[in-house]
Amino acid sequence: MRIFTLLLALVLALPIGAFAQAKLNVVTTTEDLGALAREIGGDKVTVAALAKGYQDPHFVDPKPSFILAVSRADALIVVGRELEIGWLPPLLTSSRNSRIQQSGKGYLDASSNVRILEIPTGQITRAMGDVHPLGNPHYWLEPGNGRRIAQSIRDKFSELSPGNAAYFAQRYGDFDTRLAAAEKRWDAAMAPYKGTKIVTYHRSWPNFMERFGLEVMGYVEPKPGIPPSPSHTIELIDEMKRQGAKLIVVEPYFDLKTPQSIATQVGGKVLVLAPSVGGTKEATDYIQLFEYDVNQLAASLKQITGK
Amino acid sequence: MRQTRFALAALVAATLVAAPRDAAAQAAGQAQQIQQQIDQLRREFNDRLGALEAQLAAMQGGQPAPSPPAQPPAAPPTTTVDVPPGAAGAGGPSGPLPVYGAATAGSKIFNPDMAVIGDFLGAAGRNRVDPQPALEMHESETSFQAIVDPYARADFFVSFGQEGVELEEGFLTLTALPGGFLTKVGKLRAAFGKVNTLHNHVLPWTDRPLVTRNLVGGEEGIDDAGISVSRLIPAGTLFLEATGEVYRGDSAESLFRSSTRGDLAYVAHLRGYHDITESTNVDLGASYSYGHNPSGIVGGVDLGRFTTNLFGVDATLRWRPLTRAIYHQFVGRSEVIWSDREQFEGRQRSMGYYVSGDYQFARRWWVGGRYDRSERAEDASLFDRGGSAILTYWPSEFSQVRGQYRHTRYADAPDANELLFQFQFSIGAHGAHPF
Repeated sequence: MRIFTLLLALVLALPIGAFAQAKLNVVTTTEDLGALAREIGGDKVTVAALAKGYQDPHFVDPKPSFILAVSRADALIVVGRELEIGWLPPLLTSSRNSRIQQSGKGYLDASSNVRILEIPTGQITRAMGDVHPLGNPHYWLEPGNGRRIAQSIRDKFSELSPGNAAYFAQRYGDFDTRLAAAEKRWDAAMAPYKGTKIVTYHRSWPNFMERFGLEVMGYVEPKPGIPPSPSHTIELIDEMKRQGAKLIVVEPYFDLKTPQSIATQVGGKVLVLAPSVGGTKEATDYIQLFEYDVNQLAASLKQITGK
Repeated sequence: MRQTRFALAALVAATLVAAPRDAAAQAAGQAQQIQQQIDQLRREFNDRLGALEAQLAAMQGGQPAPSPPAQPPAAPPTTTVDVPPGAAGAGGPSGPLPVYGAATAGSKIFNPDMAVIGDFLGAAGRNRVDPQPALEMHESETSFQAIVDPYARADFFVSFGQEGVELEEGFLTLTALPGGFLTKVGKLRAAFGKVNTLHNHVLPWTDRPLVTRNLVGGEEGIDDAGISVSRLIPAGTLFLEATGEVYRGDSAESLFRSSTRGDLAYVAHLRGYHDITESTNVDLGASYSYGHNPSGIVGGVDLGRFTTNLFGVDATLRWRPLTRAIYHQFVGRSEVIWSDREQFEGRQRSMGYYVSGDYQFARRWWVGGRYDRSERAEDASLFDRGGSAILTYWPSEFSQVRGQYRHTRYADAPDANELLFQFQFSIGAHGAHPF
């Protein structure tokens, strides 16, 4: 009892972790959002991303070290669309930080003005696997959406730090210009392969493939979040042979065994692409992410199609 | 005229000197502004189009017109009606009125996230001390969780068990208190060690360790109405959290019992966590609890006024390689608990612990083991020990099948060899992954 009172007094007496800083302390759930926040924020912000680019963003442990990061944040940028549903809510609750609660000024859901694909219509059940009722959350893999996310970030930063609004606007303009120039390059690189049919492991790539004109004709997973089954794999192999699909795109956090055996069966190729900044060491920022993925994809398609 | 020309020249010169570098940025800024205007117009157009289409559909009473593909996610169209004839000009509203109660409205959207987790247990073999039925729907845990207002959230866990309905937990969490205090008010599983805080469905076993059964009130544990306050202690990169809790003083059958309002129970917990690498981390805790025990109650009167002090330390080591996080991980855990219990026969000082390890060796498979040893709280001279081997299969994130072989050597009863099995399944809202 006495120990308890003593402990309580000790805790109460400790200073509050006040973190009044000149720089905006930004936490993002993924490295992609972190990279975009750096593009806009420059040296007026410090950015920390929670999930690494090479880990499955659906399955992230809500580590207490993340609570520490979130507790000190002035702004929290999330992917939304229930991507982080398994790990973000406990972090928010334990953060003791009202600024970045959903009702707070510092909270930004990056999906608010982007183009979302695969929004389910009608009744959905878990018989469809781990479906996202609010649409496919891998929307950052498309430069147009990247631009829209950057706009949201610019607006949020300007709201939180009005004195730097012009700086953020200028940084956005610069990013926009560089992205537009890079897009021309990527479009040119991918142009010969328009309409080529490919297979992906998870449904991480609808925005990306649509943007660059590739057609995803099947998935290694029988249903989202459900590991490959023999019967589905056999069906997929038959379908790939029938439609002449030869390339299987895999995220770095999935096992390559099944994709490899499918590729052997159809005489195709497995390609590990980075779904996020940091997914491979070359993907150091948002533009480099596409640079890497587009170059890898174009090289593989060239090899396969001979174009 | 000359003056004008001079002013113009000066202006041009000033522009050239001041902002040659900004010219590009300015152009980009203008382009961006135009782009924004276009986006704005497009949005407005889409919204208006959506509204008109919905109106048309409502008039035709048929299917809503197919929306154009590849449209940005506009706000759901608001259905409107015109002000009834005659109402205009009487100081009432004019123009179109929104129709409430349409598909987008309804109070349903404020319903809490709901889920039900079923826990079906089976047992084979013989156990004289702790006999479980051959088959039982052990628990159906229903959860209701939502944000209350900008300052708080609420979580309810109602457990439908073999003996009836029980509020396992039901509490308000104040998330926006100044000073970094996280406060919970309601019925709570106390922050004493690790196992006491965990609901059945997140345990890596079908049962709870012997030390929980012998010293910390069994499956129910320290679970009482009270107030919990916790705070982070600044310690650089180390996560350090201190928790203090006050409870009414009624937990489990044998643990705490309050006879007067002043017989409160207390819990204090200190947790330290550190990332050793990005895939390995260590989680340490120290706990203390105090309350009145029921051993002094004779004929409904607390003659003895006896109390129990509980001390605990816990350690968890986790390893989960990030690039293969969905295929492999290891969790090693141990808790040691000391009980200091006053009784008529004198003070009993008992100790117990468990050590467990669980390894995920494939996407859907876990294997684990646990060693238990614990003295009895009422009689420290008696001790039980046991060991378990566990195999778990996860068809998906929402269901699991588990088998556990358990051998227990009781101090005062024949050894028990049992095969326990469990089906767990969850429907409803996607809960947070346990950590």
